[in-house]
Amino acid sequence: MSTDIADNTDVGVGAYQYGFHDSTDNYAFTSRKGLDAEMVSQISEMKGEPDWMREFRLRSLEIFDQKPMPNWGGDLSHLDFQDIYYYVKASDHQEKSWDDVPEEIRKTYDRLGIPEAEKKYLSGVKAQYESEVVYGSLDGDLAKLGVIFTDTVSALRDHPELFRKYFGTLIPPSDNKFAALNSAVWSGGSFIYIPPGVNLEFPLQAYFRINTENMGQFERTLIIVDEGASLHYVEGCTAPTYSSDSLHSAVVEIVVNKGGRCRYTTIQNWSNNVYNLVTKRAMVYQDGLMEWIDGNLGSRLTMKYPAIYLMEPGARGETLSIAFASKDQHQDAGAKMVHCAPNTTSRIISKSITKDGGRASYRGLVKVEKGAVNCKSNVICDALILDPQSQSDTYPYIEIEESDVTIEHEASVSKIAEEQLLYLMSRGLTESEASAMIVTGFVEPLIKELPMEYAVEMNRLIELQMEGSVG
Amino acid sequence: MREIVVEVIARVVDDLLRLRKHLVEADFEMNSKLKIENLHVQVGETPILKGVHLEISQGEIHALMGPNGSGKSTLAYALMGHPKYVVTQGSIDIDGIDVNELDPCQRARLGMFLAFQYPVTIPGVKVADFLRHAITNVRTPDRKEGEPLMPMKEFRIELRDTMKQLNMDPEFARRYLNDGFSGGEKKRMEILQLAMLKPRFALLDETDSGLDSDAVRVVSEGLAKLSGPDMGVLIITHHERLLEYNIPNYTHVMLAGKIVETGDASLAHDLHANGYAEVRKRHPEEAAQEQKQQEATV
Repeated sequence: MSTDIADNTDVGVGAYQYGFHDSTDNYAFTSRKGLDAEMVSQISEMKGEPDWMREFRLRSLEIFDQKPMPNWGGDLSHLDFQDIYYYVKASDHQEKSWDDVPEEIRKTYDRLGIPEAEKKYLSGVKAQYESEVVYGSLDGDLAKLGVIFTDTVSALRDHPELFRKYFGTLIPPSDNKFAALNSAVWSGGSFIYIPPGVNLEFPLQAYFRINTENMGQFERTLIIVDEGASLHYVEGCTAPTYSSDSLHSAVVEIVVNKGGRCRYTTIQNWSNNVYNLVTKRAMVYQDGLMEWIDGNLGSRLTMKYPAIYLMEPGARGETLSIAFASKDQHQDAGAKMVHCAPNTTSRIISKSITKDGGRASYRGLVKVEKGAVNCKSNVICDALILDPQSQSDTYPYIEIEESDVTIEHEASVSKIAEEQLLYLMSRGLTESEASAMIVTGFVEPLIKELPMEYAVEMNRLIELQMEGSVG
Repeated sequence: MREIVVEVIARVVDDLLRLRKHLVEADFEMNSKLKIENLHVQVGETPILKGVHLEISQGEIHALMGPNGSGKSTLAYALMGHPKYVVTQGSIDIDGIDVNELDPCQRARLGMFLAFQYPVTIPGVKVADFLRHAITNVRTPDRKEGEPLMPMKEFRIELRDTMKQLNMDPEFARRYLNDGFSGGEKKRMEILQLAMLKPRFALLDETDSGLDSDAVRVVSEGLAKLSGPDMGVLIITHHERLLEYNIPNYTHVMLAGKIVETGDASLAHDLHANGYAEVRKRHPEEAAQEQKQQEATV
């Protein structure tokens, strides 16, 4: 077995450093390419699922087949659903110790720094490789308090009542074409339950890795934060650089009960051949708080608009979104805030950076339902365009059915001004140091919201993206 | 005998090496000179400077005065290397180095500094982070990108002491660079950078403009504390106040893109009291050009 560095790793532009891949010779199972009812039944059977889940999957496949491809957002015309592996299993077991994870896979996670991070500042880790979770851990004290952190397949088996109560209720298969696809072929993902009053001091982290060319990864995550509890969940994603495309289409459902708090941080750094089409939605009850912190640096095309439904008075929602689009990348990202109850507040802050012909679009919806009086919503989106080849656009949608509400929207587009570069350079900074400093400053209001370790990681990724970008 | 000879030779060689080192250091410490010869500068298609001659040695204070539009700020930008200000003729030279070949970053590392008339805002960049990067580069001009910065502790102590010396609130260091600063705060920020970067040649472009008299006094005193035998200063100003604390060795008057007169501190005083009418009379050719330029812009 050997770990080889992919030849086509693009070192010149932004130097994507996770573009290596491992051998697939010793995989436990690889499905044939393509999607049909037989394939969906086979996945269900291999997982030993109850009948209701197999039927749910098959029904979802029908919905997927009926729904047209979205004709808005990004260009999906090159995405061929029949050219994708829907279920790939690298290892037969999920392990509790890194020593038991197959060497090849363990090495990959070592290179990504996951075991190291786990030791230092995490309460628990799930590592998903291809379709299945290959490693899982949870701090022993948390388990005693009743915290559940497991992969979603195990949750279906071990916590069937809790699972069935929430699964697919926030995002039904009929929600959109890609939610239907995920519902048909889902595998892996995290299942988290935080019991009432339990506050996690350190984050739980999931790490998603695609290794096979033309792979489809369809994890399914369900998080329930019960009354007065709090959770910070972090996910990271990378993939090898291949010349043909892979697909990542996740569904994430989150329930935050009365007085609970949930922060979900994503640092998406897929290689530039991954379509990243994700549906994420949270429901927040009385006085609860949901925060999406969404960093999109990689992928060929991302379409992702994390949503928050504010269901009861006092509920709050916040989305902080950073998008970085470089050569051959389109980040179509944003947020949705739906005010369903009075006295609810929401805030969206979106920052995008484009260079080398990249495109970033902000797409956002603020909706106030009838009866949801005295709501407040504040939207700020700023775009920084680094060169004339790059593009930024804004699609803010506002639907209001009440008059007694406060909605603010601010948008700005800026370029790095010649005067800013001159100023910093006249103090001894090189042109690329000056540009990097301006970009870092631009995203700083978001970076400072991240825990220190992730802030450092994010800044490093942005610096990598900026490297060599200035002639 | 042979051993004694060897020893004597060794001692002589030693002495010679020491002498050479001394000479090299003396040479290094020699007064630097910024020489501007016959400088022509244009912005777009418009020629602004039309043959400026000026020499500034370390330790000297020069005042540059002149009516609006005469080219004072253009000279400052061209010296610092603003890409829009193109040198079409003439030279800028520091101790034999052709400054015009260098970008602004290299000029800063060579010891040049411009206090901007309108310092720009850099949102999200903390004053302290920016300054640490800047002084590391200026003090170790060979530093490559990615190499370590000056140690944090050492930097913090120096920054704290310098801010104290300039009566600045330490809170400044944590703010974003010029973001939400008042006019006076921006100018003090420029003086703080001047103090930290310790340039050989400082150009101050109307550092006193737009300030109330208290702020002008603060900035003037700050500059007076900083300038000394190691710094050559060019003060571009309309006012006399800055010059009260920083008495110029030379005063230059610019008219229509040329330095038309040079005198001592009393010239500055005279211009401040009587304006430029007399200067125009003494230099009718330049005055006519100025007139023509103004008509062209209207």
